[in-house]
Amino acid sequence: MSAAEEQAGENRSWSSAVVRWVSGLVPRGQWLPDRQPGYVASWIYVFGVSALASLVLVIASGLVLTVGGVTWWHTSSLGHFVNSLHLWSVEFFFATMVIHLWGKFVMASWRGGRGLTWLTGAFSFFVSIGTAFTGYLIQTNFDSQWISTQAKDGLNSTGVGSQFNVMDFGQMVLYHVALLPLGVLVMVGLHVVLVRRRGVVPPFGAEPPAEAGVEAVSGSSEGGVK
Amino acid sequence: MVSSPPLPPAIPLDAGFVHWGFVNLSVPNIIVIVAMLVVFVLALVVPFPQDRP
Amino acid sequence: MAGRVVTPDSHAFPTRRYDLVKEFVTALVVMALLVVVFAAAVGSPDEKAITMKSWAANAPFDVVATATSELAGTSTTAGYGPPYNRASDGQALGPITLQKWFGVTHPVNAATDLVINPVSTLSDSATQAAVAQWKQASADQQSTWANNYANALGKVSDGDPAKVATGDYGPVPVIAAGELTLAKGGSLDGLLTTSSTFYGTDPTNALLLLADGSYMANIANAENLSGDQWGMMNESGHYPGQPWLWLYTFWYQIPPFSTSDNADVQVMALMMLLSLVFAFVPWIPGLNKIPHGLKLYRLVWRNWYAQHPEAVTATQTTPTRV
Repeated sequence: MSAAEEQAGENRSWSSAVVRWVSGLVPRGQWLPDRQPGYVASWIYVFGVSALASLVLVIASGLVLTVGGVTWWHTSSLGHFVNSLHLWSVEFFFATMVIHLWGKFVMASWRGGRGLTWLTGAFSFFVSIGTAFTGYLIQTNFDSQWISTQAKDGLNSTGVGSQFNVMDFGQMVLYHVALLPLGVLVMVGLHVVLVRRRGVVPPFGAEPPAEAGVEAVSGSSEGGVK
Repeated sequence: MVSSPPLPPAIPLDAGFVHWGFVNLSVPNIIVIVAMLVVFVLALVVPFPQDRP
Repeated sequence: MAGRVVTPDSHAFPTRRYDLVKEFVTALVVMALLVVVFAAAVGSPDEKAITMKSWAANAPFDVVATATSELAGTSTTAGYGPPYNRASDGQALGPITLQKWFGVTHPVNAATDLVINPVSTLSDSATQAAVAQWKQASADQQSTWANNYANALGKVSDGDPAKVATGDYGPVPVIAAGELTLAKGGSLDGLLTTSSTFYGTDPTNALLLLADGSYMANIANAENLSGDQWGMMNESGHYPGQPWLWLYTFWYQIPPFSTSDNADVQVMALMMLLSLVFAFVPWIPGLNKIPHGLKLYRLVWRNWYAQHPEAVTATQTTPTRV
């Protein structure tokens, strides 16, 4: 087998196809660049990463709670403190995520083929709401009793309650600690990859100096996406 | 059905609620929402340090 | 396309140093400090769960009235419909009856599962006789007895069973009193949750019984947690709740939802629609132009625009060219 044939065979292998696919997700050098376009200069840009940092704290505090078990925090002052960390990291996660959302809205950050980035961000928000909701259901206290018996009506009315029983504590524990956090991580992961793939949206009316006067080919209309 | 059975003795103190027409918000929630708006506005108007080229 | 305004590739712009890892680590430290400070200074709520024992101790007459309503078929659970029983079709969105279509997946016979089965574990002869009499009676007879007793209880101002006038109640007073006895003794929770399984991870039936009474709802009302009090976003005690649910809970406060029998499915459908609109804003003409009209982006990029006046001119012509 010649060297060229061998090379071609390697290129056809499943492994090299995966490597090509992964390396093509994000332009070369853009996974973790140490430079950003000059227009990235506002405090509004720090809220996405603040939400990510909060998510790390949500997961970390949640994992500590799993060590003690679901009712540990009722009887241990340390457990209650960890529960407080979990609650406040969730409050900050949502607050920073929503400010990030407001910021991205006023910048119309979906321009230039970034519609999917917005979409995955929106779904990260939705799945996060579901995850937080199930957390309220497994507190094993008055809140859980009240919230589950109230929420059942909304879910039952759509038929969802036939499979997703918010009063079934065992089912809700597993949703809260496994299925839904996995959903959040998948959506946030896709979102971050898309952000790195497309880069930070340029200002309205901007043209890169090198191409000034020449219509760029990779973008789309100012108002929407293609 | 009994209309109003007595409440247990240890209900947490009311958080304080603002009623405005049909709007009914708890003070802690108002603090969170107002703080978010303030932070958002500050993020837009406070200058971002740009000393490095 | 001629005249089409395009957004250029961000990778083509001149760059400046921006350390993403340092930014993340700094954010992690700042957020961790904030979380620790708030957790230590404000903490988190933990209002003890209601037990059947505490319900019986604080509102014994409500336990009796609730047990009676289960027997009479007038409780929320008894008349609920799917997924618990076929007593009604449940909520509908016009011709769409999702609740009915998905069927009964968690069968609950309110009288049998929530009252008769637990009470039949009491071994005293009076209760055993009452349960036997109930089981031998026709459905019509059971309903007549239980409704008679429920009406009689309703006529007593505080609902005290001891003050009820004599009447045709059959075994219902003894059975309802049996439910209260079990609740007071602390065994009712277990009978409703673990009677068919050693591991009690599904308290659905106990929660349904609790929700059929007035006791839990009265506590929730006092804490502004009810659905018509924007309760979905509130929290017990001095704590923020789920402010991100403001829009969901908002619809329940206004007509037509606030007066609708199908409010739950209507609000759910509306929120699904609005969520899709939100997710697809980039592709919705009009909505995707709002940021350009808002002009808040001028604040975000003010330094850059100061150095690129030609871009400002371009933004002014954009609306007519898109």
